[in-house]
Amino acid sequence: MKYDTVIGLEVHAQLATRSKMFCGCPTTFGAPPNSQTCEVCQGMPGVLPVVNRTAVEYAVRTALAFGLRVNAACRFARKHYYYPDMPKNFQISQYEEPLAEEGALEIDGPGGTRRIEIQRLHLEEDVGKLVHEGDFGTAQSSLVDYNRSGVPLMETVSRPDLRSPEEAAAYLRAFRAVLLALGVCDGNMEEGSLRCDANVSLRPRGAAELGTKVEIKNLNSFRNVQRALEFEVKRQAAALDAGERIVQETRLFDAERGVTQSMRSKEYAHDYRYFPEPDLVPLRLDAAWVGEIRAALPELPRARHQRFVAQYGLSAYDAGLLTQSQALADYYETAVRAHANPKALANWITTELLHEVDAADETAVKGVRVRPESLAGLVRLIDDGTINSRIAKDVFARMLASGEDAATIVKREGLTQVADAGALETLVEAAIAANPKAVADFKAGKTAAAKALVGQVMKASGGKANPGMVDRMVQEKLSQR
Amino acid sequence: MQTIHELTAAFATGAASPVTVTEAYLARIGALDARVGAYLTVTRDEALAAARAAEARYRAKAPLGPLDGVPIALKDVFCTRGVRTTCGSRILERYVPPYDATMVTRLKAAGAVILGKTNMDEFAMGSSTEHSAFQLTRNPWDLARVPGGSSGGSAAAVAGGLAAGSFGTDTGGSVRQPAAFCGVVGLKPTYGRISRYGLIAFASSLDHVAPFALDIHDTALLLGATAGHDPRDATSVSAPVPDYVAALSGQVKGLRVGVPDEYFGEGLDPEIERAVRAAVETLRGLGAAVQPVSLPTTSYGVATYYIVAPAEASSNLARYDGVKYGLRVPGKDLIDMVSRTRAAGFGAEVKRRIMLGTYALSTGYYDAYYGQAQKVRTLVRRDFEKAFERVDVLAAPTTPSVAFKHGEKADPLAMYMNDVYTIPASMTGLPAISVPCGFNASGLPIGLQLIGRPLDEPTLLRAAHAYERATPWHERSASLE
Repeated sequence: MKYDTVIGLEVHAQLATRSKMFCGCPTTFGAPPNSQTCEVCQGMPGVLPVVNRTAVEYAVRTALAFGLRVNAACRFARKHYYYPDMPKNFQISQYEEPLAEEGALEIDGPGGTRRIEIQRLHLEEDVGKLVHEGDFGTAQSSLVDYNRSGVPLMETVSRPDLRSPEEAAAYLRAFRAVLLALGVCDGNMEEGSLRCDANVSLRPRGAAELGTKVEIKNLNSFRNVQRALEFEVKRQAAALDAGERIVQETRLFDAERGVTQSMRSKEYAHDYRYFPEPDLVPLRLDAAWVGEIRAALPELPRARHQRFVAQYGLSAYDAGLLTQSQALADYYETAVRAHANPKALANWITTELLHEVDAADETAVKGVRVRPESLAGLVRLIDDGTINSRIAKDVFARMLASGEDAATIVKREGLTQVADAGALETLVEAAIAANPKAVADFKAGKTAAAKALVGQVMKASGGKANPGMVDRMVQEKLSQR
Repeated sequence: MQTIHELTAAFATGAASPVTVTEAYLARIGALDARVGAYLTVTRDEALAAARAAEARYRAKAPLGPLDGVPIALKDVFCTRGVRTTCGSRILERYVPPYDATMVTRLKAAGAVILGKTNMDEFAMGSSTEHSAFQLTRNPWDLARVPGGSSGGSAAAVAGGLAAGSFGTDTGGSVRQPAAFCGVVGLKPTYGRISRYGLIAFASSLDHVAPFALDIHDTALLLGATAGHDPRDATSVSAPVPDYVAALSGQVKGLRVGVPDEYFGEGLDPEIERAVRAAVETLRGLGAAVQPVSLPTTSYGVATYYIVAPAEASSNLARYDGVKYGLRVPGKDLIDMVSRTRAAGFGAEVKRRIMLGTYALSTGYYDAYYGQAQKVRTLVRRDFEKAFERVDVLAAPTTPSVAFKHGEKADPLAMYMNDVYTIPASMTGLPAISVPCGFNASGLPIGLQLIGRPLDEPTLLRAAHAYERATPWHERSASLE
């Protein structure tokens, strides 16, 4: 392609606070409509906002994690437009004086490590939800649910540093992983806890000046971010090829049809008339408090990834798989603490466990029936020779189904491997006696024939024989003949 | 007419009963308010229930405090749970708040008996109460004249003996000006001294809750019962509430009184000038040290105010859209419904100010108007700070004219100029009080305005009280019979 792609992302994250941004209402998702509202979040006459301290703390935590400069003072501002999901017909947001500015998120992509700059981070309140009877275009009435109205939102704006749709998706994944590690957002894109708008433009390859940007809204999954941007890049490239000019506009992604569409409604032609929120005083952030939050920052996904390589001797690839979610990384480290065989445990997780569960799905990882201590127990049984790895796979399958410990299953099912020389000798001799052809082949120099005999013995033992011992005995017996 | 402190003294000795007194006020309202038009809603049942509860407490020798059983009136701008609150507007004609304003909660907790809700200029925008969507209010001293505004109903109620005390709101003079017109005391406390939670906002940075009373002692009691920090109002101040009654020593010896030159210029009624200058001489006679001061930015007050107040109002009033509460006029779509609702629900003055404010906040005009006005506000504040380096209180007229006739000020600008002396203390949040200081030749009341330092209501009340004791004006009352 003869164009460079330039993408910037605006991410809105619902903060996982118990109460709303400016009132005490709960923020639980999925409650009956308008059951989590009060006069404040319904925008009744006479109400005033009061800032949620925890929301500020979460925003500061996030700002520090991205290396943003936390401003000593910031201000809330009113952003005006008429829409029925917004009870006051203005949103309390931040405009000229945001909470934090200038930081970055490093991501690993096809082209190596890239540093994506983050321009600003600010706090605002979410709006309610409209429920249309039938289709938006034909509905005779709409209902409004204000449960979400006033839920704390943290908006983070990246600089236009992203160079491809894949990179945009990678940024969003890395971003989400940081929020989860910080415990400030549940990261659930389906429930709208994490929402993304993208600004995308094309420019002739190598050009310095930015092209006309188009904003795309409604990108509510990693996949849709990538799909929408891929479509948009193609659309803009085709337009430019045809000698057309790109119109600066807002487009909506239609996930069903996989296309972006212009939102040229007058409802979206806004002059937001921002002005400082007179009902709130400027928010001053005590340096000592910010220092405490900084000191309490948890290890972030990238640092953990690097530590996994250094501390456990894992490949960068495996460390990457294991740090896709905080839950999985925690799972791994709990297992390693229970049984110090980091490589074997990493292997079991990446090959067997991740066959069953999505590594990025925190809830699924937390809910998996094989607990990390149990997986450690299974590997311990292999390491101390109690079972062999073939049997271990069966045991693992049973553990997944029942949630029982490996030791319990092995004991009940009698799966302990046979390492008793006398018992094995009997089996080996029986195998040799029953397979004269194999013996003859071996004698004739076909050493592979011994493998067939080992297989016979393993089969006769129900898989429980110690394969190393059987191999040695077979070799020994055959050479003696 | 009995003052609040006289009433409660009589309640305490059993010489009067809260129920009998409340019944007497209700009877008087029933007989005379048709002529005055002070009340929009009379809460007879609630008032009698509250009076009976107060009476039981007095019988048990356990009254709640100096307002227990005292019949008061509230401007219809304060939200009262379960009682219609119109803000003088068609758009809230049938609005019943689900909550009490903080000041209402505090008055109820102090045992006050709320007689009803009083008339006002729509959304507190006006200086005559003629902009009420519902009725005219007449000045008890001359029924052909306005009571002032926007809190005209509350001022007329106290002046007409239809309540023992009352509350209004003062945004640009809306309590001090009607107090002067109606010959009662009106105190605008320091911004943030009384919580604004539940006060239906006009201009957030200028709105003050403010009491009306027959004398200074009562004013101190009403302020004391409602002042204090409110966690629901981020702009409320946390300074402890002093004992305002204890401040009424009667002493002004050595008190430095400044007389600002700019408050005695062109447009001031000579009779008012004479009365105010005589009042200053009275203070001097009581031992105060009088000196001239200069407040050079005074002339910018009105222009600045008419940027800031409409700008904030245009934002605060955006919520009245027919979606959630109040009037709804159906339309062919959402925008049509909102337009029709606002067209039908707001009066001409409210629409004028919404348009002014919307313009002042528009992109490209913000810096020239709202931004500039905020800078001027800082200059006005500095003027006062400089003056208060040399004096303890400022003495000036409250209004340039006495109460005018209904319909006399049809030109909005002429109406706006009536606030020229009250606006500076509104814009700076300084405490200011209007005290009766005489009558003109036609027997219409004149107000003396005293302005104090931030949170220095005790000095302000002490000076006003000493003046009141030395003069007979508060002893005269309007006669409605």
